[in-house]
Amino acid sequence: MGGAMTRRRLLALGGGLALTGGLSACSSPLASGLTGSQPDAADVIFWNLFTGGDGANMVLMEDAFRTSHPGVSLEATILGWGNPYYTKLALATASGTPPDVGISHLSRLPLLAAAGLLEPVDEVGVTDLGITADRFTPAAWKKATVDGTVYAVPLDTHPFVLFYNVDLARKAGLLDASGDGLKPMARSTDFIDALKAMKDAGASYGAAMSITADPSTAWRYFSMIYSGLAGPVVTDSGTATDIDAPAMEETFAFMQSLTGPGLMPKELNGSGANVLFSTGKAGFLFDGEWQIPSYRLVKGLHFNVVPFPALLGPKPVAYADSHALVVPRNPGRSAARTALAARFIRSVLDHSATWAHGGHVPAWLPIQRSKGFLDQSPQRNYVQAAFNAQYDPVAWYTGAGSDFQNTVGATIIEVLAGRLGPAGAVAAMRADLGRYTTARPPVTMK
Amino acid sequence: MTTVTTTRPASRPVPVREVADRPPRSDRRAGLLLSTPFLIVYLVFLVGPLLMGIVLSFFNTTTVKDGLGAWVGVSNYTKVVKDSLFWDALWHSVLFTLITTPLLVLLALLAAVLASRIRRGRVFYRLAFFAPYVVPSSVVALIFLWMYTPQVGLLPKLFGAVGLAPPDFLGSTSGGWTAVILMTLWWTFGFNFVLYTAAIQDVPPDVYEAAAIDGASPWQQIRLITVPLLRPTTSLVLILQILASLKVFDQIYLLLGGGPNQSTRPVIEYIYDTGFTSYRGGYGAAATMVYFVLIVAVSAAWYALRRRGVTRAATRTVPTTATLATTPAAPRAGA
Repeated sequence: MGGAMTRRRLLALGGGLALTGGLSACSSPLASGLTGSQPDAADVIFWNLFTGGDGANMVLMEDAFRTSHPGVSLEATILGWGNPYYTKLALATASGTPPDVGISHLSRLPLLAAAGLLEPVDEVGVTDLGITADRFTPAAWKKATVDGTVYAVPLDTHPFVLFYNVDLARKAGLLDASGDGLKPMARSTDFIDALKAMKDAGASYGAAMSITADPSTAWRYFSMIYSGLAGPVVTDSGTATDIDAPAMEETFAFMQSLTGPGLMPKELNGSGANVLFSTGKAGFLFDGEWQIPSYRLVKGLHFNVVPFPALLGPKPVAYADSHALVVPRNPGRSAARTALAARFIRSVLDHSATWAHGGHVPAWLPIQRSKGFLDQSPQRNYVQAAFNAQYDPVAWYTGAGSDFQNTVGATIIEVLAGRLGPAGAVAAMRADLGRYTTARPPVTMK
Repeated sequence: MTTVTTTRPASRPVPVREVADRPPRSDRRAGLLLSTPFLIVYLVFLVGPLLMGIVLSFFNTTTVKDGLGAWVGVSNYTKVVKDSLFWDALWHSVLFTLITTPLLVLLALLAAVLASRIRRGRVFYRLAFFAPYVVPSSVVALIFLWMYTPQVGLLPKLFGAVGLAPPDFLGSTSGGWTAVILMTLWWTFGFNFVLYTAAIQDVPPDVYEAAAIDGASPWQQIRLITVPLLRPTTSLVLILQILASLKVFDQIYLLLGGGPNQSTRPVIEYIYDTGFTSYRGGYGAAATMVYFVLIVAVSAAWYALRRRGVTRAATRTVPTTATLATTPAAPRAGA
């Protein structure tokens, strides 16, 4: 009995010693986990959601920071794209252990800002480093502003653009005199004629896009066309539905004028669109510019990328979103740490020519106007799209990959597939939007 | 003094009987100690979150903010119950269960019986039937997505090759259901197959031998020996399959995203969409609780039915087992 006691006591003592040993070494993950503090793994902790080509470019930009800031350690963590990322960012910030710098889509910003999860960029000290409104694409800077306060530093604009097969376009007589772009298209009728010409030039389809089970792409496409005619579909921070019914019917009718007569497939998913465009079976491709790196890998495919022309309405509109750098709120962050975070942000902006290789238009004007970017083709072709950018309407439920995009996108897919007529689709959209405008917001928005 | 000595022997059998009924205290303590790790995990990761979920469902909790949020009473529940999309999603989960459960049980039974009766290459068939089950759902979804892809996929091409209009596997409601059910059958039936294969191996070969000598055809052997003796396994497979099917999420989410037009979205995706994508944690928790109660009700009903079935069948099965026990003896003696 006595022996057992000593053994137990010895074990308890040993365990206690091990625990105090762990706690005294403050930087250990165990200690920070037990005390709930942020692990001091590096001087700057950066979270992003980039994999593939974008991920590789971001690593180059991180290395550039490390080279120019010897002695400053940077830890970059890549998390799964989309909702998992935003859930983690929000929960980590709410529980007091956020990264020093994070990436956010500007379309997701309104809710994060309203929830009080982000530091206003003015207070982070980036202004002293020359990060000011006049040096950014105005549309992106405006979208980074929520209720008069700027909460994010835009990194890029990534618009929904028009890809075309150069060989088919030449055969179809769509190229301009210089051979570097398309002949100007003025109205939707010109656009429809161009699709017909592509088909006549030997393509199976005039154009292709990812439709089936891809509500976000459907929403981008719809949003772009509809925005040429009318304002946002929801207003007052997402509490009111504002539908211009004739404009919406016209939009749906136009979409069906392409899929109905077979100028575009009615059913096609992302990989299908990829195959059709890569193999020259579709003349045009409607997609985000972020697809450029993957098409570059296709041997024998000559393609170019331009902004969409004005389809309905007087001026061209580009549906777009932006990646932006944010500083999640952390009352425990030291001033020195915050200063390093600001310097990291500036460094990322200064190297955004590298970022542009992924197809994105840099939002930082010094780079956007630099030779390093302007030498990049086709990226330089659609810079204007960043200035005509139309973002998701401001609401707690909108944004990249949101449930909102899934719901309204599903209705648009029905239209594209020809299962729902324009008038019926307007009613369906009204019902879709009503679900969100009447739901109780998770956070109050002004 | 004498009374004490006389009562002592009488009291002795009492602890002995106690030992026979219940294990000794040291054993019980060991049992408790051994199950402690599990109990801790169970409390921390199952009971805890469940209680937390119940609490959250009465608040406007959000995943973007610390704390519970404002008290909203039962309004999350009333909103869930009034939401037609919740009931649609619930129906999709039930429909999926109704379609897949009988198919997965019957096909697994059929395949297990066939694989057990085959003479050559039995290991190959067992492996072939079970192999898909070990593939992760994301990989299975990717493979099937390619096969179903309109215009360029394998299946639409096959339909085209024989001159048939290919069904729209990913873009139409009926096509979507067909796609996801075919994929689920291929992917998950290996688990039930293994359970049945194991149970078939437990059937004593003497029974078949005896039946064969009595002149029973293979089909009669399957119908009158294999299937009845597999009844406990069938009962287990059924309830496991019902619960697994009711929890469907990944293959529908990965293959169709709940589309087209949310016509295949299962209830778990509804919970995921509202709770995580829309940050409405409290609302999502309320929807979870409604579904949780439903699943518990199904399990409880099944358990009650089984118990009643077992007690009723007990009286009937006694002579059967008796005959089964005696019959093997005769042929063995004859042989």
